[in-house]
Amino acid sequence: MEGVMQTDAKMRTESGAESSPRGPGCSLRHFACEQNLLSRPDGSASFLQGVAEKSRERLIRNTCEAVVLGALHPRTSITVVLQVVSDAGSLLACCLNAACMALVDAGVPMRALFCGVTCALDSEGTLVLDPTAKQEKEARAILTFALDSVERKLLMSTTKGLYSDAELQQCLAAAQAASQHVFRFYRESLQRRYSKS
Amino acid sequence: MKETPLSNCERRFLLRAIEEKKRLDGRQTYDYRNIKITFGTDYGCCIVELGKTRVLGQVSCELVSPKLNRATEGILFFNLELSQMAAPAFEPGRQSDLLVKLNRLLERCLRNSKCIDTESLCVVAGEKVWQIRVDLHLLNHDGNIIDAASIAAIVALCHFRRPDVSVQGDEVTLYTPEERDPVPLSIHHMPICVSFAFFQQGTYLLVDPNEREERVMDGLLVIAMNKHREICTIQSSGGIMLLKDQVLRCSKIAGVKVLEITELIQKALENDQKVRKEGGKFGFAESIASQRITAFKMEKAPIDTSDVEEKAEEIIAEAEPPSEVFLNLLRVSKPVLWTPGTAQIGEGIENSWGDLEDSEKEEDDEGGSDEAIILDSIKMDTREVSNIGSQDAPIVLSDSEEEEMIILEPDKNPKKIRTQTISAKQEKAPSKKPVKKRKKKRAAN
Repeated sequence: MEGVMQTDAKMRTESGAESSPRGPGCSLRHFACEQNLLSRPDGSASFLQGVAEKSRERLIRNTCEAVVLGALHPRTSITVVLQVVSDAGSLLACCLNAACMALVDAGVPMRALFCGVTCALDSEGTLVLDPTAKQEKEARAILTFALDSVERKLLMSTTKGLYSDAELQQCLAAAQAASQHVFRFYRESLQRRYSKS
Repeated sequence: MKETPLSNCERRFLLRAIEEKKRLDGRQTYDYRNIKITFGTDYGCCIVELGKTRVLGQVSCELVSPKLNRATEGILFFNLELSQMAAPAFEPGRQSDLLVKLNRLLERCLRNSKCIDTESLCVVAGEKVWQIRVDLHLLNHDGNIIDAASIAAIVALCHFRRPDVSVQGDEVTLYTPEERDPVPLSIHHMPICVSFAFFQQGTYLLVDPNEREERVMDGLLVIAMNKHREICTIQSSGGIMLLKDQVLRCSKIAGVKVLEITELIQKALENDQKVRKEGGKFGFAESIASQRITAFKMEKAPIDTSDVEEKAEEIIAEAEPPSEVFLNLLRVSKPVLWTPGTAQIGEGIENSWGDLEDSEKEEDDEGGSDEAIILDSIKMDTREVSNIGSQDAPIVLSDSEEEEMIILEPDKNPKKIRTQTISAKQEKAPSKKPVKKRKKKRAAN
């Protein structure tokens, strides 16, 4: 008999009333997340951050497959359903974050957590992390990386636009720095969630 | 996934409880669950929670040509989707009956009641009208989808603002939200559906059934009403036979409930309006209750990227140059440009369909020595290769979802590339390390 686990992530990328331009230096927008908010699926999480569809699905799927310990659940289908509530830029990174939190909420065994970070390179070569929709449109290149939590290794990368290999390495290094922050957020929110048990 | 069947014990228990006027969650017969309405940052986006049933509503608009027989009216389009996350039974192929029923009911409730003034959506008669599209997504199914969906739809429509348009003679100017404030839709009244579930052949009734109660009910009566006590739609399903005074009684109850719900909606809309005007924070981020243990927020955080450039330079300096195999390949086969847009690298080899096993074994040894790091750039190649496949040359690559990696075999490469249009990016393709995965069942490409 086949077993099925449902893990769903409803995800929104927006950041309240933020519309001011970001100054020099990078920053990640305001984060918020809520877990276990749906009663029907086994696990669910809502993550807010700041034909294409199929390709995105495949990228997320491959990242999850790399991390989930499938061998512990043979003959089981794990379905991750993502619903975009609103898109304010860095959509793929937000999807990845939501998927990770939902898998954690469902209790799926994983070998590491993962997070998504988006970098945008504008025409002057300035690096912006977690770009808004406007910044993404005006950027010369947009790079999205999925990094794992154990050694900040690269799980998945997808890029659009023109950039040099030095810029690629710079973006990757910046994404690794940003991922520290995201993993800290995961850790703290999970600590809070399980603090009274 | 098939719905978990309801056990007979549970069914009996629920029915007995209803006979004794008890509900599992402690509500009274005519009580609604808690309704919570939250808005997103964009106008027209809202989430309605009716107990645990959650519906996301989003309104969008577009300028289109009107229908031929209604040249002066705008177009309204409603769509309810049962997301797979709402219940395990909602698989993409399997929900048609329920979906059609709900969509039809929503349409009758909102379109036929003429709650939106479609004449006001006309910009240029016969040429340009607004098409308003309401998309509803069910996020969690805990019973009474139709009520939650109708509330979400009407709230989203009331919350939505369309861009302002001005017509001067023949000229039509569409203003962006920055130039002129967007304009709300003209809504005459707010029809809201109220559901009544009947049990034991119409003897007992419950308002706002939850998921368990819906499973054991005999029939459902849905009355859509507005606060002026006008019935917009009435539908009875399930084959229960109701008496006239039962239906009248239900409509009276519905009248009371709709008044309460309408007040709630007005209050929520006003609150949101106030917050936006005062410049406070709005959106779903703010509506996450911070006191809840399952919710967590973190403020905007600066990231130190000052050492990024040095790190990058280090990595590039230490990176190994591409392996010998590729350098050889590049030297041996130079790209030949046939016409602008068509090039060829290498000569290609003879079709070796016959000796599939042997040729694969040979290449395995060659390619096995390279450590293959799967770069997403390889995935990019797959996309390009399969795009070109849709042009005249039928290159059949395995496009099944199970196979994640593509085989870039060093001497089979030219065969693929020969019929393709090579862009600057793709000329570098041979320099990528080949990723080998031994798949006997794959036909040679």
